[in-house]
Amino acid sequence: MEEVKILSAKFAIKDAHKLKVAKKHGAYATLDKLFAMAPVDVIDEVKRSGLRGRGGAGFPAGVKWGFLPKDTGKPVYLAVNSDESEPATFKDRYILVKDPHLLIEGIIICSYAIGSHDTYIYIRGEYTTQVKALQAAIDEAYKAGYLGDKVAGQDYRIDVTVHRGAGAYVCGEETALLESIEGKKGQPRAKPPFPAVAGLYGCPTIINNVQSIASLPYILDKGADAYRAYGTEKSSGTHLFGISGHVERPGMYELPLGLPLLEVIDTIAGGVWKGRKLKGVIPGGSSTPVLLPEEAKTVTLDYESMAAHKTMFGSGGIVVLDETVDIVALVKNLIDFYHHESCGQCTPCREGLGWMLKLIKKILRGEGSPADIDLLRELCDNIEMKTVCVLSAACTMPVRSYLDKFRPEFEAYVTKTNASPAGLQQE
Amino acid sequence: MSDRSELISTGKPFSFDKKRDAAFEQLSKRYPTRESLILPALWLTQEQEGWVCQEAIAYIADRIGTFASKVYEAATFYTMYHLRPTGRYHICVCRTLSCWLRGKQEIVDYLRNELSLTPGMVSEDGRYSLEEVECLGHCGSAPVVQLNGEFHEDMDVEKLKALLASLQ
Ligand SMILES: Cc1cc2nc3c(=O)[nH]c(=O)nc-3n(C[C@H](O)[C@H](O)[C@H](O)COP(=O)(O)O)c2cc1C
Ligand code: SF4
Ligand code: FES
Repeated sequence: MEEVKILSAKFAIKDAHKLKVAKKHGAYATLDKLFAMAPVDVIDEVKRSGLRGRGGAGFPAGVKWGFLPKDTGKPVYLAVNSDESEPATFKDRYILVKDPHLLIEGIIICSYAIGSHDTYIYIRGEYTTQVKALQAAIDEAYKAGYLGDKVAGQDYRIDVTVHRGAGAYVCGEETALLESIEGKKGQPRAKPPFPAVAGLYGCPTIINNVQSIASLPYILDKGADAYRAYGTEKSSGTHLFGISGHVERPGMYELPLGLPLLEVIDTIAGGVWKGRKLKGVIPGGSSTPVLLPEEAKTVTLDYESMAAHKTMFGSGGIVVLDETVDIVALVKNLIDFYHHESCGQCTPCREGLGWMLKLIKKILRGEGSPADIDLLRELCDNIEMKTVCVLSAACTMPVRSYLDKFRPEFEAYVTKTNASPAGLQQE
Repeated sequence: MSDRSELISTGKPFSFDKKRDAAFEQLSKRYPTRESLILPALWLTQEQEGWVCQEAIAYIADRIGTFASKVYEAATFYTMYHLRPTGRYHICVCRTLSCWLRGKQEIVDYLRNELSLTPGMVSEDGRYSLEEVECLGHCGSAPVVQLNGEFHEDMDVEKLKALLASLQ
């Protein structure tokens, strides 16, 4: 089992973030080919590649672009999602820092395909060094004529503006992100209309994740079939996986989709740390339902297999839990996060996650009853899908999975007269 | 959650210095609406002063040509805008999943017990302030601490001590 370096091809090269070095290693080489193609053919190539959005939902990129209405007379905007705030997700920042020109080249490809002249890259406020690296690369690209009025000497204008967020996970949700660029608080919009029809400033807008956009140069250069050679039938290509938690070698690894999860953990990430036993695996960021060790054995890292195991591929953020993890305390940590990040406009999310937090704290303190566990489970069902965005579901889906798969651990807290001291420490 | 609705007045007028003024004018060409300048203007203010005071909110609204309530709305919603001065060294410790799994609590406990720092508060001498924050996108090198915006990865109490000792 080996890494495949498509997106990360230049990551190990010294100074590859600089234009001169990047160019020596092939940056911007696809532009001649790009401008010789018709935009619709670029979209077709991306559709054929099977590239799915890498921001979490896995929606086919080319298909999304096809939703743009034609000839509205309004500008088309591209918003690149670099919010990267889902706990356990840490992949896009490598592109921003190590190979920002790959992203810019991808932006040029996407812009041309969808007929856009203005891109906003929305980057989370905490990414201080990352925003500097990205802006420096953009400045270089402007100077070299890859951005600006005449991209690569062609009669095509592209302006790219970096818009910094300021500490709100919900702004990763695409419509909250647009609100934030418009200068408002990050409250998701009701859909429809979808952004492709009425997005930024009421104009047709495409929102894609950094990794999705950075995948485009390879697809254009080598062709859809070469991309499809990696991965599975419905999950083509490679993905930057972030492996964290209780493994010997945590980190970011680029792998083709479709590999067996447990083998990846054991061979690529060195296995569970300190020789301990595996208790569970979170497969794709904190919002994805947990897998038990026996499930981790049969699941593969692709959208279909994850769905068959009643969880989600998500953002490729794999978290390994060793045998010492207190699941009840972990669930409290999760609920705390989503409750804190609720934008507050839907009552089931704002109040419901608050109730869930109160209940889990009560259970952790050893003051809960079996009925509280049931109530927590019931709340999950009552909150989900009754809100404007899926942030609330990003909390209830995993919480339900822990309740169902680790029920005895919750029961131990409510039947013992004293709660486990480990749990109390975690407060 | 700490109260983020209260603005502090310095009693002194606020304006951008030359550098931020130029940056603001540059930025204003990048957006089709003036309101889009609210977040960037708040960032410029914070870069210049370290925090955002009541006078700055009014100034930004004026510069943009919008209601102060709109600037206030953004300043209070987005948690990275400091509505009061921080310590000279602002320490953010990630408290979320992967950092929690790999020992962020020991770091927080050390700061609390040994340096008497409380999340959301500035130390008496104004040297430190502590904040517990959500996932910082560096989960593969957890636990993570951000000090005045700089990332410090694979942290433990010993490394933290060395880091603090290296400060002026
Ligand atoms: C609460 C919430 C947070 C999200 N955070 C992110 C994020 O940080 N980065 C990201 O790319 N997508 C995030 N998404 C998904 C976006 O809404 C959107 O689907 C994605 O950016 C589309 O790009 P893609 O099709 O290339 O994946 C989030 C969604 C939700 C509901
Ligand atoms: S579900 Fe939560 S985060 Fe999403 S719009 Fe409603 S209140 Fe806001
Ligand atoms: S969980 Fe701490 S950086 Fe992601």
